Amino acid sequence: MNTAVGRTYREGPLLEVKGLTISHGAIPITTSVDIVLKRGETIAIVGESGSGKSLTARAIAGILPPGMSATGAVTLDGIPLMRVSESELRKIRGFRVSMLMQDPFTMLNPLMLAGDHIDEMLRHRPEFASRAARAEEVKRRLAEVGIVDEDVARRLPFQLSGGMCQRVALAAALARDPELLIADEPSTALDVTTQAEIIKLLRRVQRERHMGLILITHNLRLAFSTCQRIYVLYAGSILELGDAAAVESQPFHPYTLGLLLSEPPVDLRVPRLPAIRGSVPRAGDVASSCAFADRCDWVKEICRTGKPPLAAREASRFTACIRQHEIQGELDALRTAAVLAAPPITRPHGETAGALVRVDLLAKTFAAKRRRPIYAVKSVSLHVMPGESVGLVGESGSGKTTLGRCLVGLETPTAGKILVNGIAAEDFGAMTKVDRALVRRTIQMVFQDPYSTLNPRHSVGRALGEALQACAGATSAATPERIASLLEEVGLSPAYAMRRPATLSGGERQRVAIARALAVKPAILVCDEPVSALDVSVQAQVLNLFRRLQVERELSYLFISHDLAVVRQITERIYVLYLGEIVEEGPTERVIENPHHPYTRRLVESIPRSALPRPPCPGDIRT
Amino acid sequence: MTGSSLMVVVMRRIAVAIPLLLVISFGVFALVHIAPGDPVRSLLGARTSDPVTLAAIRARYHLDDPLLVQYGKWLSQVIRGDLGVSIQGNQAVTSIIAGRLGVTAFLSLMSTILVLGLGILLGAVAAFRHGTWLDRLVVAFGVFGVSAPTFVTGIFLLYVFGVMLHWFPIFGPGSGFLDRAWHLTLPAIALAISVMAIVVKITRAAMIEELSRDYVMFARARGLSSRRILFAYVLRNSLIPVITAAGLIVVGIVAGAIYVEVTFSLPGLGALTIDAILKRDIPMIQGTTLLFAAFVVLTNLLVDVIYALIDPRIRFCRVAS
Repeated sequence: MNTAVGRTYREGPLLEVKGLTISHGAIPITTSVDIVLKRGETIAIVGESGSGKSLTARAIAGILPPGMSATGAVTLDGIPLMRVSESELRKIRGFRVSMLMQDPFTMLNPLMLAGDHIDEMLRHRPEFASRAARAEEVKRRLAEVGIVDEDVARRLPFQLSGGMCQRVALAAALARDPELLIADEPSTALDVTTQAEIIKLLRRVQRERHMGLILITHNLRLAFSTCQRIYVLYAGSILELGDAAAVESQPFHPYTLGLLLSEPPVDLRVPRLPAIRGSVPRAGDVASSCAFADRCDWVKEICRTGKPPLAAREASRFTACIRQHEIQGELDALRTAAVLAAPPITRPHGETAGALVRVDLLAKTFAAKRRRPIYAVKSVSLHVMPGESVGLVGESGSGKTTLGRCLVGLETPTAGKILVNGIAAEDFGAMTKVDRALVRRTIQMVFQDPYSTLNPRHSVGRALGEALQACAGATSAATPERIASLLEEVGLSPAYAMRRPATLSGGERQRVAIARALAVKPAILVCDEPVSALDVSVQAQVLNLFRRLQVERELSYLFISHDLAVVRQITERIYVLYLGEIVEEGPTERVIENPHHPYTRRLVESIPRSALPRPPCPGDIRT
Repeated sequence: MTGSSLMVVVMRRIAVAIPLLLVISFGVFALVHIAPGDPVRSLLGARTSDPVTLAAIRARYHLDDPLLVQYGKWLSQVIRGDLGVSIQGNQAVTSIIAGRLGVTAFLSLMSTILVLGLGILLGAVAAFRHGTWLDRLVVAFGVFGVSAPTFVTGIFLLYVFGVMLHWFPIFGPGSGFLDRAWHLTLPAIALAISVMAIVVKITRAAMIEELSRDYVMFARARGLSSRRILFAYVLRNSLIPVITAAGLIVVGIVAGAIYVEVTFSLPGLGALTIDAILKRDIPMIQGTTLLFAAFVVLTNLLVDVIYALIDPRIRFCRVAS
């Protein structure tokens, strides 16, 4: 497969990035990033949104968006990439460095057949001058990425699934046999099971071709399980660097530890997710101090006196934490403590009388013009007891969102019954006004995208005030005190009432959205992927908030998510939804640890896990 | 699969176009009755109103029949190519129109080529030089063109290039292909300038959007040549909105031809229509109106077909079972 025969190899690393500084006009995005990659090596650049990881990748390939500029040196096999002309670069891109991007649906030209994306990469080679020869090669290339159905080459991207598009894109990226592939979040936009397949494919191809791979990801677990070395990027600078196994078992930087701990584990329920406070700063705001100082529990004056350089601590281990030697003991202790499990919530099962929400044989069909109707939900039955937190797990197309929307009256089911607090609520239009108000006060929804769920023109206070007013029978007006107490309940200061959504971070917006849902004092929240759009460190904060609210308010949840690890932390019982039907249900512990249905098993197996065995600890009371 | 699905799209469009044409034809037919006064008087024009002529007109236009029957008979005549007789020279409307059609068709075609060719080129240049002085210059030119009335631009061009520089003739349609092209250059430019801004703006906006697309970046990351990216990715994909607007643009050009023909004293359909309106020559007005209307409907039909040809998603979506 590798056509590197005839290429003269030079000594030294394949890629060397030195002092890469990217800026958008006068605004710095990364500050002096150094990366080294040996031939055939896999490294991961891990970072949350705003860390500059994607732009670093694009700077290496020399395709920064207009308006952005980079200084420093990028050397590929002795060629200074940042100093050669665009036409020279074109001979390097594709042939030596290629790139794969995040969204499989926007990466391929919508007007071009899937196969042509590979075909166009081959035309320069004399042996593929004829169309037939190219078609044969396209077939071979598609087979390499696991597509044996020859028809795929003749289909348009919109006729293919996300995973299929990503495979075609990978084949196109590899068509000129590059020595280095930069994969920017190649699996993030895909379903859990497809994610695992794509990552497996990427690793296989990398091994077979002995190709260098830079994986850009926000997912530490994925990075550890895929790559040999890890670069942790935060607000534009590298905070830690080292071998994957070493970094995972003993992080040298508080941020890496924080990220590791914030990531909810799938194999146990922790008492409380140790979240990092605050949110990611901009690179420009932390130019002359440790980027993590404001969120660090170990911060001292010395951390703010200058930007600490990345310094070697052990063989091939680097950290930018100048206090690492002082605090390593504490970091290690926290790392070990994190694997303590909380006792599983025990609740008598099988008890369904007095359910808060009961759904019986619910079905929702979307009729489509001139096309087959879409059976989004087919005869689903479930119940949620008062104070119970129930998970609804499924991938895209499973009907989980439609089900949630039916519950809050945003969709009217085609058949079946919904009982909320004993009131028939399957058709909001047919209910009496009193009943409708009662149901709406009982059941509230939190949506996925915190950016579109709030009206950008309304201040936070106005959004909450409106929700408080909507509470039927509200005798008192929405006083500032009541708004303040709502904000406090979700962990925001009363000053937030004056702010507009645009000035809030994703986590803060989601908190406001939760506060708004809580305004009518509901008994149950339907949460549709409420944390999937958030960064890991912020996700942990919001999950902790959900758990605190459940205890304090005796709230019930119907927690809709594709992420089993998140569901494990927050629910007592789960339903697994597949193609509109419930294929498995049971206590969360049991379903995740001992899945009965093949689909559930596949879901559980798709979660990236590190090769490290979990250190045994006496407090582990897993059942 | 592809061929048959394209046919389905075409058939569906034709099925919509036919009733539309019927409605328009009825409107045109009704002109005789909508015009103030007695329809016979309207059709009589300057001729002497002796009973024999009046009776002939009544018989010719079936004015004694019920309205719908009149319409039916009129329509069947129209379909057979008989649009009646001009009230001015007792000449058949169709033959007059046929005599004038050439100039207008030539002018419109020339103008359309200018608008689409130059407009797309300028739009592309502006998009690739997005944010520079060249971009702003192109946009300013577009705004200037669209806000200057055609007859003003026309007179300006006539004065500079015809009267002062003597590069182009200032009068007449010319004969023979080259001579005609030479004669019609200034009118075509005047006509094009007024419509070009739309094409420039749409092309520019679409291209700027295309250039920032993921798949364009992915194509660059794979090292494809800039020519390949320009034609197979950016240009083709951004032509879709341009094609969508092309129907409107062509119609706009043909409508604009009326002013230009008057400004440049060209014996085309536009001038003919103006003349007919001034003289209340109802059969002639009917003839030209019907021709313009049919042209508009057919142009849009053609645009829809081209659209389906360029964007395969249209075909697949519509026929997907």
